Amino acid sequence: MSEKKTLTFSLMDAPFENARTTTALRLIDTAVRRGHNVNVFAYEGAVCLPFSKQAAHPNKVHGCEADEWNHPLPKDWVTEIMKLAEKTGSKLDWINCGLCVDERGVAESVAGVRRGTPGDLVNWANASDNTLVIPTK
Amino acid sequence: MATTLNIIESAYRATMEEQDDTVVWITHAMKGAGADVSVLLRGNAVNYAITGQKPPELRFGDWQQTHAAHIDEDIVSLIGKGVAVYAVEGDLVARGIAQTGLLAGVKTVDREGVLDLFENHDRIWHW
Amino acid sequence: MASYLFIESRDPFEVNDVDYYYDIASGLRSRNNEVTLFLVQNGVFPARQNPSSNTLSQLAESGVRILADELSLNERGITLDSLVDGVESSPLDIVIDEMVAGTKTIWH
Repeated sequence: MSEKKTLTFSLMDAPFENARTTTALRLIDTAVRRGHNVNVFAYEGAVCLPFSKQAAHPNKVHGCEADEWNHPLPKDWVTEIMKLAEKTGSKLDWINCGLCVDERGVAESVAGVRRGTPGDLVNWANASDNTLVIPTK
Repeated sequence: MATTLNIIESAYRATMEEQDDTVVWITHAMKGAGADVSVLLRGNAVNYAITGQKPPELRFGDWQQTHAAHIDEDIVSLIGKGVAVYAVEGDLVARGIAQTGLLAGVKTVDREGVLDLFENHDRIWHW
Repeated sequence: MASYLFIESRDPFEVNDVDYYYDIASGLRSRNNEVTLFLVQNGVFPARQNPSSNTLSQLAESGVRILADELSLNERGITLDSLVDGVESSPLDIVIDEMVAGTKTIWH
C-alpha cells in the first residue's frame, strides 16, 4: 500500500432507498481494504445504516426462506467493514449525528458506532487528507 | 485554515419535518465549530435567496406547527455570521427570479464566477 | 493548476442538472486543471452510444478524462464495445486513488 492517508466521508441517505448507499459503502470498503484510515459522519437518514434492529426477511416471490435468501442488511455491511479495518490496520471511526438519531428513534447501533455533532465533521475534515460528501436528493 | 464551499441544490426537502433546511442548518453548525465555509445556492435552492418566503402553517389533528422553517431568515443569519452566500445567476433567471427580490447580502455569480469559487475553495461539498 | 474528480451518479435523461456539471467540468479543464468525470450508478446511461453521444465525446476531446464504473456498466448490460468514444470502463477504486492523491472530489 502507498502511504496511509485519512479520508472523511459524510453520508446522508437512509438504507434501502438509493444506490448511493451501496456505492458509498463500496468506497469505504475500498479505502479500508487499502489500509487507509476512514471517518464516516452519518447525517440525517444515514444514521439508520448501522441500526442494529434491521432484520432480514424471506422472499416468497423467489421461493426463499429468510435463512437461504441472505437478504442484505446495511448494518451487517458496516460491521463487516469494521472487521476488515481490524485486519488491515485501518482506523474506521463512524459517528452518527446524535440529533438525527433521536428524531428517528434509532439509537441502537452496531458496535463501533458513536454519537456526535457536525463539529466532529469539521474537526475530521481539518485533520483529513481528503473529504467527500455524498448527499441525498 | 482550509476553506469549504457548501453547494446546496435540493430545496424544501423535508423542511417542514425538520423545521430547517438541513444543509443550511449544518452550515450554521460548521461555522459555529470554526469552519471557514461559504455557500453556493444553485438549482431550485436559489429560491432560498428570495424575500417573501412564508413559514407554512401546518396542522395534523390537534397538533399545530409552531416553529416552522424560516429559510430566508436562516440565510440572512448565515451572512450575518460572516458566511458568504452566492446564488447562480442563470438558475435565478431560469426561474423568473429578479435580482431585486434577493435577500440583502446574497451575491450572484455567473459561470465564470462559479468556476472561480471551485478554484478558490479547498473542499467542494455538494450536498 | 489543480485536479478535480466529478462523480456523476445521475443521468441527463432523468435529471436536467447533469449537463450543468458536464459544463463545469469542461470549464475547469479550459482553465488548465486536470479534470476527471467518473460516471456511476444511473450516471453511466449516457456512456452507451446514443443520439446525444457527442455531449460526452466532445467533453472527452476537450481533455476531460471520462470513466464509467465497471460494476454499474455490467449491472445495466452496457458493453465495452457500445461505449461512447472517449469513455473508458474503470473500477470504483479510481475514486480512492484520486482522493488519496489529493484531488478535489465532488459528488453529484
